[in-house]
Amino acid sequence: MEATLRRTPLFDRHVALGARMVPFAGYEMPVQYEGVIEEHKAVRTDAGAFDVSHMGEIHVDGPTAQAFLQEMLSNDIDRVEDGHAQYTLLTNESGGIVDDLIAYRLGLGQFYLVVNASNREPVFTWLKELEPRGCEVRDASDEYGLVAVQGPRSLERLGLPDAPAFTHAMGELDGIEVMIARTGYTGEAGVELCCAEDDAGELWDAVMARGVTPCGLGARDTLRLEVCYPLHGNDITPETDAISAGLGWACALDTEFTGVDVLRRIKEEGPRRKLAPFVMEERGVPRQGMPIEGGGEVTSGTHSPMLDVGIGMGYVPSALASADTELVIDVRGKPRRARVVKKPIYRKET
Amino acid sequence: MPAAESYPDELRYHSEHDWARVDGDEATLGVTWFAQDALGELVHYEAPEAGSTVTKDASYGEVESVKAVSDIIAPLSGEVLEVNAKVVDEPETVNDDPYGEGWLIRIRMSDPGEIDSLMDADAYRAHVAEQ
Repeated sequence: MEATLRRTPLFDRHVALGARMVPFAGYEMPVQYEGVIEEHKAVRTDAGAFDVSHMGEIHVDGPTAQAFLQEMLSNDIDRVEDGHAQYTLLTNESGGIVDDLIAYRLGLGQFYLVVNASNREPVFTWLKELEPRGCEVRDASDEYGLVAVQGPRSLERLGLPDAPAFTHAMGELDGIEVMIARTGYTGEAGVELCCAEDDAGELWDAVMARGVTPCGLGARDTLRLEVCYPLHGNDITPETDAISAGLGWACALDTEFTGVDVLRRIKEEGPRRKLAPFVMEERGVPRQGMPIEGGGEVTSGTHSPMLDVGIGMGYVPSALASADTELVIDVRGKPRRARVVKKPIYRKET
Repeated sequence: MPAAESYPDELRYHSEHDWARVDGDEATLGVTWFAQDALGELVHYEAPEAGSTVTKDASYGEVESVKAVSDIIAPLSGEVLEVNAKVVDEPETVNDDPYGEGWLIRIRMSDPGEIDSLMDADAYRAHVAEQ
């Protein structure tokens, strides 16, 4: 069944820039403009811009909104102040991850969730069905444009003052009203800019005019994997739990939320398998689905543009998950050696 | 610098976007500009062993970019005489010069009659235009 692909408000701009467009999460998205490696390096050394307007935005408002989210999400939302944001998980009864998301507190009883594009419908439906009295869950995904600007020179190029990570504020960029959030998915300093959908084109043009390199989904994936940020659908799914995935830090196990009992038990007993980051020691590029000797599987793999070597993450039995353990990955029938490393796989030399 | 699109007249082409430069009973093989452009910058070349045999229409190796892997299809059959070590070390050579320094293997043909089944540059250009 072939569904019609949606387009973000920046579609025409991507095409005009010569982007290669691919289907992703129901949208026609740019996978690259000039090349994945060039774009990746632009973000690591200067600044790159990503159209992330395909992501889902959900408002949760009302006097009971905070208590509701505290029950739904793994992290402790009570600790998030106005103007702050938090990485958190929507979990199911078995402790599996329905989605990973960032929850922004806009004000008392006013929350804004940015969820993965491919999970927009399931997350919205999940929350809407459980919505209590005194709380309204609203899918606002089609009302906003979202542009991530990431890299060590991103704030300087945008003329924005520095601010702590995971904070946000309303502001203006070249006359366009934006919510400026110090969040991202690259491991670099940067912002995510949210504007009214009708202003998205103008915002993108303003960012481009400031000398920021347009970057596609290809670089977004290599950047996040170098710093071991999990990708929902690959590394974390409704069948994988947060403890095994190394996301225990995003679970406030002293609070009550869906599946918390299961997570407490896994934490206490120790997970049977763990998500381990690794670097190839022989030629070859690991890819999702490749078996790892001893009962593991690669969940994300690519070629690291910064390290110029194959890198990846995969679930392995816990005995194989500690740093420096040698792994053998079946690269299309050929056994290739890799080594478990500490997170992140790539760390900037300081 | 990535090469500009071209399909040299002196080469023969396979529909899976591979080229052959025939010289006596030997042939040099590689992938076309179209193939490298579709893949993007190459980061890995999984090469066959010298002395192994390759079979027309079958895969003899793989080339990979950051985002995709592709089998390399042999346009002709024969024994591998030499593997391009420069491409093993620097796979992006294929992007820079797909018909020159970016060649992949050199073979001794086992059935030179197979050449007749390959496309000339005009036929291949028409094939590419349909993609």
